[in-house]
Amino acid sequence: MAFDITRLVAYGVVLVAVAYPLGLYMARVFAGEPTWLTPVLAPVERLVYRAAGIDPGTEMPWNVYAISVLLFNFACFVILYLLLRTQGLLPWNPTAAPGMGPDLAFNTAVSFVTNTNWQAYAAETGASHLAQMAGLTWQNFISAATGISVAIALIRGLTRREAREVGNFWVDLTRSWLYILVPVCIVLALVFVYQGVPQTLAGRVDVKTVEGAVQSLRVGPIASQEAIKVLGTNGGGFFNANSSHPFENPTPLTDFLQVLAILAIPAGLTFTFGTMASNARQGLVVLSAMMVLFAISVGVMYGFEAAGNPNLTAAGADQVASATQAGGNMEGKEVRFGIEGSALYASVTTAASSGAMDGSISSMTPMSGGMAMLNIALGEVVFGGVGAGLYGMLVFAILAVFIAGLMVGRTPEFLGKKIGPKEMKLAMFAVLALEAGVLVLSAIGVVAPAGLAGRLNMGPHGLSEILYAFCSGVGNNGSAFAGLHAGSLFYTVTVGIGMLIGRYLFIVPVLAIAGSMAAKKQVPPSAGTFPTDTPLFAGLLVGVVVIVGALTFFPVFALGPILEQLLMHAGRLF
Amino acid sequence: MSDAGLEMHVESPEGGSAPRKRAAVATSRDLIRKAVAESFVKLNPAKLWHNPVMFVVEIGAGIVTLYVFADLGVSAAKGPSGQLSFLVAIAFWLWFTVLFANFAEAMAEGRGKAQADTLRKMTTDTLANLLKGHSVEQIPASQLRRGDVVVVTVGETIPGDGDVIQGIASVDESAITGESAPVIRESGGDRSAVTGGTKVLSDRIVVQITSEPGSTFLDRMIALVEGASRQKTPNEIALDILLVALTIIFLLVTVTLEAFAIYSGSAVEVSVLIALLVCLIPTTIGGLLSAIGIAGMDRLVQHNVLAMSGRAVEAAGDVNTLLLDKTGTITLGNRQAAEFLPAEGVTQQELADAAQLASIADETPEGRSIVVLAKQFGIRERHLHADETEFVPFTAQTRMSGVDWQGRKIRKGAVDSVLAWVESLGGVVPQEVSDLARGVAEQGGTPLVVSLDDRALGVVHLKDIVKGGIRERFEQLRAMGIRTVMITGDNPVTAAVIAREAGVDDFLAQATPEAKMDLIRKEQAQGKLVAMTGDGTNDAPALAQADVGVAMNTGTTAAKEAGNMVDLDSNPTKLIEIVEIGKQLLMTRGALTTFSIANDVAKYFAIIPAIFMVTYPQLGALNVMRLNSPNSAILSAVIFNALVIVALIPLSLKGVKYRPLGAAVVLRRNLLVYGLGGLVVPFIGIKLIDTLLVALHLVGQGGRG
Repeated sequence: MAFDITRLVAYGVVLVAVAYPLGLYMARVFAGEPTWLTPVLAPVERLVYRAAGIDPGTEMPWNVYAISVLLFNFACFVILYLLLRTQGLLPWNPTAAPGMGPDLAFNTAVSFVTNTNWQAYAAETGASHLAQMAGLTWQNFISAATGISVAIALIRGLTRREAREVGNFWVDLTRSWLYILVPVCIVLALVFVYQGVPQTLAGRVDVKTVEGAVQSLRVGPIASQEAIKVLGTNGGGFFNANSSHPFENPTPLTDFLQVLAILAIPAGLTFTFGTMASNARQGLVVLSAMMVLFAISVGVMYGFEAAGNPNLTAAGADQVASATQAGGNMEGKEVRFGIEGSALYASVTTAASSGAMDGSISSMTPMSGGMAMLNIALGEVVFGGVGAGLYGMLVFAILAVFIAGLMVGRTPEFLGKKIGPKEMKLAMFAVLALEAGVLVLSAIGVVAPAGLAGRLNMGPHGLSEILYAFCSGVGNNGSAFAGLHAGSLFYTVTVGIGMLIGRYLFIVPVLAIAGSMAAKKQVPPSAGTFPTDTPLFAGLLVGVVVIVGALTFFPVFALGPILEQLLMHAGRLF
Repeated sequence: MSDAGLEMHVESPEGGSAPRKRAAVATSRDLIRKAVAESFVKLNPAKLWHNPVMFVVEIGAGIVTLYVFADLGVSAAKGPSGQLSFLVAIAFWLWFTVLFANFAEAMAEGRGKAQADTLRKMTTDTLANLLKGHSVEQIPASQLRRGDVVVVTVGETIPGDGDVIQGIASVDESAITGESAPVIRESGGDRSAVTGGTKVLSDRIVVQITSEPGSTFLDRMIALVEGASRQKTPNEIALDILLVALTIIFLLVTVTLEAFAIYSGSAVEVSVLIALLVCLIPTTIGGLLSAIGIAGMDRLVQHNVLAMSGRAVEAAGDVNTLLLDKTGTITLGNRQAAEFLPAEGVTQQELADAAQLASIADETPEGRSIVVLAKQFGIRERHLHADETEFVPFTAQTRMSGVDWQGRKIRKGAVDSVLAWVESLGGVVPQEVSDLARGVAEQGGTPLVVSLDDRALGVVHLKDIVKGGIRERFEQLRAMGIRTVMITGDNPVTAAVIAREAGVDDFLAQATPEAKMDLIRKEQAQGKLVAMTGDGTNDAPALAQADVGVAMNTGTTAAKEAGNMVDLDSNPTKLIEIVEIGKQLLMTRGALTTFSIANDVAKYFAIIPAIFMVTYPQLGALNVMRLNSPNSAILSAVIFNALVIVALIPLSLKGVKYRPLGAAVVLRRNLLVYGLGGLVVPFIGIKLIDTLLVALHLVGQGGRG
């Protein structure tokens, strides 16, 4: 236990140690300042601009930026959709995966364009090498870069004075993948290969087992996809079992590197924010708010998993941790990761909108599963997706500032910008879109026969399965509770719609806020201004995130995870 | 509710500007009676629609009422369902939730209306003597147009706002200002503006009307206090958006809850869902929001300040920089003699004696203060016989005054003038006197030289007297994050001394209207909001440029039109109170919003277990308040939700207590009181109501069938 906690704390320390330099590096990249990679990458960058006919010197107002994001993402969607439909006819298909049906292709294309990586298809057999590499892995980079770009545009909006432009989307996009994602992924992929993750164009390896039977092992370009899967908070694995599969995540070291890579950019962006706002404490406030929520999540999950299932103890099973066993609830967990590694991974992957998994959430105790769901339902702002987490948290910061500002007797201001009706409208719209998406789609899911048919379990556990699917989709997380038949027509379509709502009905208002804030004057702070760079504000931010989430989801959680946990203690299992 | 509860005093250190309560405000009992009647009128959905939160409550109340009638029908046919009393209770309390909110708004409006009514009485039957060529024609005041010229003689009421273009008169403005001492109004200069409804006490004036009918100062004032011209301010709109969004979220929560409940095999009755919805949506702040806004305007009126818009009041709360005129605001109107500095060979006694003689006929405050100071040297006022005394008055040319008495020429005045006078009489000016004078000037004082015949006796040190308590006031402002800038015509040296003594942050010396304007623009360019006071026509551009421009009622029409507030007391210090009222307004909104949202947690813990405990007894674990039965739990939450509106009416009218502290401290305090309080109070309140309901046998003990 003490060892576990030490490891968890060590994780937090290493995360910050990695995020800090990364954040400062990103700030330089987006400010267009030279970095140590510039001599190598600048020619490539110029080549990209020349080839695409981009003038990197021209900036865009928010609406042009938003239209560029939408059009680009739409084009990506169309290409990916066509690729998935026709993959059976195209080369590099060693496992002869057939073309996907229209609903599955829609769902998968939306999923990878929106940085969700919800995998309704069977990962091992459903996608060809070409689709994996040119379609899915490419989108892993691009959707992550889109998220980072939008976050940077929002930071610019918040920190510029009386400006019209919020940046150039094409430049931000290019710099995101070229300077940040690709270099880190190359290093990460090599380490994964070193740790035993396969990287090959072959489709399978046939091995003779001890009994003499021939077993066919699926391999492929795994390490490269694995790197961006975690770094870009994508989460779409090469295998259905995702990071619990030994070829994706063979050792405790790769496990640690994966959880580190998932949060590295989301945490790093808080430092980028502080740097660009010329107030490091401002970034620290966002980071600490995220950290607090994250610590609570890990604590809850670890606590409930370590406590295990009381019914097993009653049945005479030993759940106490000892030298020979991990103890606690080990159902659905890999022994090489144990309670601590699995609880940490589940927290990380749901806090960030990653969706990679090294265990089964469905097999966790109900409250741990509920915690995972809550992490997503809070709006994916506890670190969140790359870029998406930061801009989500900043939207909450605007709400927190609004209430705090009123309480000190001033028109609320954030970073010296007054929050008016327009910003409130946009911020509330974004939050409302997320919550309405989850609630309405889930409500349809639990009454529609097609929705009910997709369940594996009955009762509150079945409710959690359905609710989790829509939380994951709308939150652009992509992790699955497991059990749900995600490939059915009902779920491919509804979850697909949820992913679109969660991504674009949030991005557009965020960019509009950026535009509106950029145009404002900056009021210099005074003793009467409520300071937003203090622990008090971090606490308030945590409070607003929790209150908004809790007030929205308490009733349904009461009928889902909370009820299931209570029933479990009463001896009823699902 | 007592009268005292409705009044709000902001203490001012001088005590002089304490607000006078307007006469003839209706008694509070009368007010409450009218407000109760008005709360029912306001149930009209077409009127309630402007308040989305309460509109939703009303629809909910309507639906539950329909269920009551449906249940009555069923009971009549098949015998009592057992749920009727519960439905009736829910419907009753939902209607009362709306009524309570309406009552709060009606109370706030009623207080304004009462003031407006007294004002309106003045406008009705005034006749105007319209000057047409050389003849005078009597027409009703309401027919006067801009540019008309009227004659007002003794005892008559001035028929409309205007400027005196001929004559001088003493005018009783107590109807507008509450100040009973008459004021002088004369043509030309800065005291030419007169207000309709005020009364001429002496003489005759000719007034040119400056406002169109229906838009006189009085009309605007009536419209403002009545809330007729009330427009939502940007901040109110932003808050409205938050409240509407929360309402939509909770609407979705309750509607989708039915789906989840059906899935869980425990469908929820519509009446219970509506009860849950009403408890969750921010009814507390939604119900009190307009009352808070109206009360804020009203508090200003009680301080004898008229704001031309609610926006101006909010801007006052945001002010970063206050420009304050030195004279009258920071210092007492006039300089006072502080000490006598005799030349060598002259005693203080001698100097004081001569200075006093030179000042006997000097009625200016400076002159009086010399006489007063001389008394401390045992020199009493003397009666001078007219035949041996000739007073020499002050003129702009000589820049000195004095007396020729018993053959002696005594003078006091500006340093160079008196010294030149002494030399012209053949005297020699000792270097020491010039040094003394320079010394005084360097300390920020004004030196006056006193001479007796051809001798310069010494220097009188005239000093600006900083108002008592003003320094503390500025310290409070600093804590609030407001920078004070003193505006003065003095030279920089004098200005710096007074600035230091008064504790202002900065000063603008030798200020011209242009320099003032530049200062405002410079501050605004940095994104700051600037407030200032002014009265002269040359202040008008700056008043218009400032974010909060408070014109003195004694000022010119131009000044009043340029500013966005008018101080009827013409007290420049009032600016500080205006800022406090602006802040208080926003704080009250924020505090009640926080309280309202924090309340929801307890309501969930009351209602959610109540709804599902029958199907899933295990969920009873969430019933942390140990409420008696599902019915009593739901009803208690609804009753608490309604009563809390009533409980908070006084606070919303009075405003949250404002303390001049830094923002972080204020926030921590308010979060503790209204955030944490908002979390805890309903747990206690709901439990109490539940206990009471059971004790009074108002709800059954059993579960809901």
